Amino acid sequence: MQNLDWAVIQTVVWTLIKIMAIVVPLMLGVAYLTYAERKIIGWMQVRIGPNRVGFQGLLQPIADGLKLLMKEIIIPSGANKGLFILGPILVLAPALAAWAVIPFTDTLVLSNINAGLLYVMAITSMGVYGVIIAGWASNSKYAFLGAMRSAAQIVSYEIAMGFALVGVLMASQSLNIIDIVQGQAGGVHQWYIWPLFPLFVVYLVAGVAETNRAPFDVAEGESEIVAGFHVEYSGMAFAVFFLAEYANMILVAALTTLMFLGGWLSPVTFLPDGIVWWLLKTGFVLFLFLWFRATFPRYRYDQIMRLGWKVFIPITIVWIVVVGGMMQTPYGYLFH
Amino acid sequence: MTPNMTYTTAIFYFLAAILVLAGLRVITARNPVHAALFLVLAFFTAAGLWMLLEAEFLAITLVLVYVGAVMVLFLFVVMMLDINLEHLREGFWKTLPIAGPIAALIVFEMVLILGSRHFGLEVMGTPAPHPADYSNTKELGRLIYTDYVYAFELAAVILLVAIVAAIALTLRRRKDSKYIDPAEQVKVKRNDRLRIVKMQAVKKPVEQMPEAGETGA
Repeated sequence: MQNLDWAVIQTVVWTLIKIMAIVVPLMLGVAYLTYAERKIIGWMQVRIGPNRVGFQGLLQPIADGLKLLMKEIIIPSGANKGLFILGPILVLAPALAAWAVIPFTDTLVLSNINAGLLYVMAITSMGVYGVIIAGWASNSKYAFLGAMRSAAQIVSYEIAMGFALVGVLMASQSLNIIDIVQGQAGGVHQWYIWPLFPLFVVYLVAGVAETNRAPFDVAEGESEIVAGFHVEYSGMAFAVFFLAEYANMILVAALTTLMFLGGWLSPVTFLPDGIVWWLLKTGFVLFLFLWFRATFPRYRYDQIMRLGWKVFIPITIVWIVVVGGMMQTPYGYLFH
Repeated sequence: MTPNMTYTTAIFYFLAAILVLAGLRVITARNPVHAALFLVLAFFTAAGLWMLLEAEFLAITLVLVYVGAVMVLFLFVVMMLDINLEHLREGFWKTLPIAGPIAALIVFEMVLILGSRHFGLEVMGTPAPHPADYSNTKELGRLIYTDYVYAFELAAVILLVAIVAAIALTLRRRKDSKYIDPAEQVKVKRNDRLRIVKMQAVKKPVEQMPEAGETGA
């Protein structure tokens, strides 16, 4: 019995170590994504960006984190205390939990489960609760309006995102993310981005909307509702929202890479596959996120809803029918 | 008992305890928003229990559909309504004569089915655990699209009718609301909105500005 208990403890500790090995680089990635965002948008707008703390401003994210850590967390007097604290936690938790099934290479994955893609969809759909709870518990009109906007937007775009992934499932005939990537083996022309191009575009844009990023950031439209659902948060509680937003961005970028851009597979057959491709492709998709923010003006709210319901959902449904029909023809191999 | 067995048993009791507590709080919580959130917790832990039963597809779908979509809309409504808590508790004794027998009936029905004669471990038997590569999703898909295809299609049609009916019942066009047709907006050409008028350049006659010094005289 003593030995058996030891085995259980060993598994638990080993799993915790693996979780830390994912979460720590992820948090570092989040920190330096904020730095990259400020630098890249700075260059795009012919500014310099942060350059004071450390060499070329490289220590800026650390300084920001420290500053937020030192600040007081103010809880508004009319707030629902328990839920006010729970809100940011519920935003960050799904953003981290989804990484449990994200593979980095064909062997480097925390949990290789059969229904991996379904798991990701289910877990990321939980994130909206944190936003709603935070907005409601703040007991503030601005926060509540921001939460309503954000929740409606997230729920709407989740449908289009789900349908886009259905196309990927049809092409790969698997829910296992590693199998989906393996289905794209054989060079850049085998990636699902080509046969599923409309779904790729829908997924990417819906991903931007899902993370409440510009040009879909009406949830925190500064000029209308100050900062939306997290207007009453300060210090580390605010920082957690911030971390969650960027962790979600990295997650959407990683999923786009895995579903449509061949994950860790090399674009040409004479170069070896590896995690470096995963990082490069995810980095490129993240760059697109920043590029969008520097380029497009914010959508109006009714335009966002129209785009989600009346444009994206019909496109995805039509393309699923096209893929399903084409698979029955002799040209079906093009869609696998 | 293998360590794996005790491990899953521990997880079962952990989840079951949370589920029962959350279920109780759904009906006892005074704040309706708290009640709705406890219902979310109940769904989530129930999904965990289904996962222990190796029904991963149903477990994840429960989270995706009920937690991710249905309860969000539920919370929306509950948060938007200004519910008077005092008013809610007023009718307790008045409705008790009706509610009591119904509750008793429900308990009786559950005892009838879950009673040890029909539902015990010796009646049901332990289902054989599946190997790690067994895909619940694939198996379910195969059953739905082969053995139960008619029932499945029927359910799909009923759901479609329900969607159409729900939209038809709630759709109303307001005459007084301002509405922009995006197609019209996109179709707009420059000439619809802007008129360039060609005019001869006319030299402005130079006015004699009276200077401060002269007017003062």
